[in-house]
Amino acid sequence: MAPRIVIVDYDRGNLRSVQKGFERVGYDAVVSRNPKDIANATHVVLPGVGAFSDCMDNLDRFELITPVVAAVRSGKPFLGICLGLQLLFDESEEFGHRPGLGLIGGRVQPFPADMTDADSHRLKVPHMGWNRLHIVRRSPVFEQVPDGAYCYFVHSYHVVPDDLGVVSCTTQYGVLFAAAIWRDNVVACQFHPEKSGETGLTMLKSFAQWKG
Amino acid sequence: MLAKRIIPCLDVAEGRVVKGVSFVDLVDAGDPVAVALAYNEAGADEITFLDITASHENRGTIIEVVNHTAEQVFIPLTVGGGVRTLEDIRRLLRAGADKVAINTAAVERPEFVGEAARAFGRQCIVVAVDAKRRDADDPAAGWEVYTHGGRRPRGLDAIEWVAHMESLGAGEILLTSMDQDGQQSGYDNALNRAATDTLGIPLIASGGVGTLEHMLDGFTEGGADAVLAASIFHFGTYTIDETKAYLRDKGVVIR
Repeated sequence: MAPRIVIVDYDRGNLRSVQKGFERVGYDAVVSRNPKDIANATHVVLPGVGAFSDCMDNLDRFELITPVVAAVRSGKPFLGICLGLQLLFDESEEFGHRPGLGLIGGRVQPFPADMTDADSHRLKVPHMGWNRLHIVRRSPVFEQVPDGAYCYFVHSYHVVPDDLGVVSCTTQYGVLFAAAIWRDNVVACQFHPEKSGETGLTMLKSFAQWKG
Repeated sequence: MLAKRIIPCLDVAEGRVVKGVSFVDLVDAGDPVAVALAYNEAGADEITFLDITASHENRGTIIEVVNHTAEQVFIPLTVGGGVRTLEDIRRLLRAGADKVAINTAAVERPEFVGEAARAFGRQCIVVAVDAKRRDADDPAAGWEVYTHGGRRPRGLDAIEWVAHMESLGAGEILLTSMDQDGQQSGYDNALNRAATDTLGIPLIASGGVGTLEHMLDGFTEGGADAVLAASIFHFGTYTIDETKAYLRDKGVVIR
């Protein structure tokens, strides 16, 4: 049976790119903010760009917090992208302290100020562009992703899980940070698979094929 | 390590690529979607469209182009040219652009940059700056900001201006040297270095690239995080593969 993939639409994210990415690898995906669609989905994707508190506000405004939490707890395959990773955590330090969905223990914090590279040039923030993944634990979504693959990042904050056992990929940018996590039915990544060329498309395909 | 980015830039007017693109046999080398797709397959790290549509009534054509591009190209897409309102930005992002470049509108109303960053996140707000040396032979005299495609001097110091744009919420600066643009004699790396040392956000260098060595200099001397190039790729002088192989060989971190 074909998966019913639902991309959660809370007006914050390049939903269309994610949807077209799934189409490119042979799967239809529905963009929706209807809680019934999310409940009936076999696979749920939570994308997101912008600011943490603004994304939480919008999830709240569209009454999507309960359906998203239910989807994570239901055991069905769940993919968080960028802010969709950060929102799963307890709280973010972006613009003061703002609680997140609290589904994964830990915080979202900024890159340290004044990071420099080996030649003592200042490292720019946002961390914007293609950087390498180091795979720590290979989640089902990363089955076809080689260690060292380049993916596209754009973010100023990164997650710090309480339990480092959930980290599935790391990336180096001034600090070593969690580029992706995996716990049970939840895989979430800081980079954008829908903007990471062929590498990202293979991830979307593996997600669509994942049974959870 | 974060890789340095190579970004081909296409000038698009009324939905068609301006100036020929001859780097590969395309059925329609004037179709921006086909050209973007070809660059994507050739290994470009991002694509930039600069919409230079003159007539107001044809401004919507770029939305269609972005729409079709986003269906097929799965790397970041930046669109600039004529971005003046939050609604302009919303339509481009909805169509599938990842970033928008704001130029003249930022000079005419700097608060617009802050409003855009608050509404859409600073990661998608690129401020494009056209800068010209006050004294062609002396970088110490500084650079002035120009708008309207480089025709109108604005009495602003370009280095102070990019810093101001960062403070208002720009996520990235696209800096074009008016002196070097079209000359194919290399980027103005005194300009790039002055800007990048001032900025905490990424710098894209633009204007003047003619050889692979110029690209290398943009990264090493200029300190750019990314380089924009047009004719060097469009006319097939170098492929993106050749460019990347050369830069890698010189020790630049490249995807």
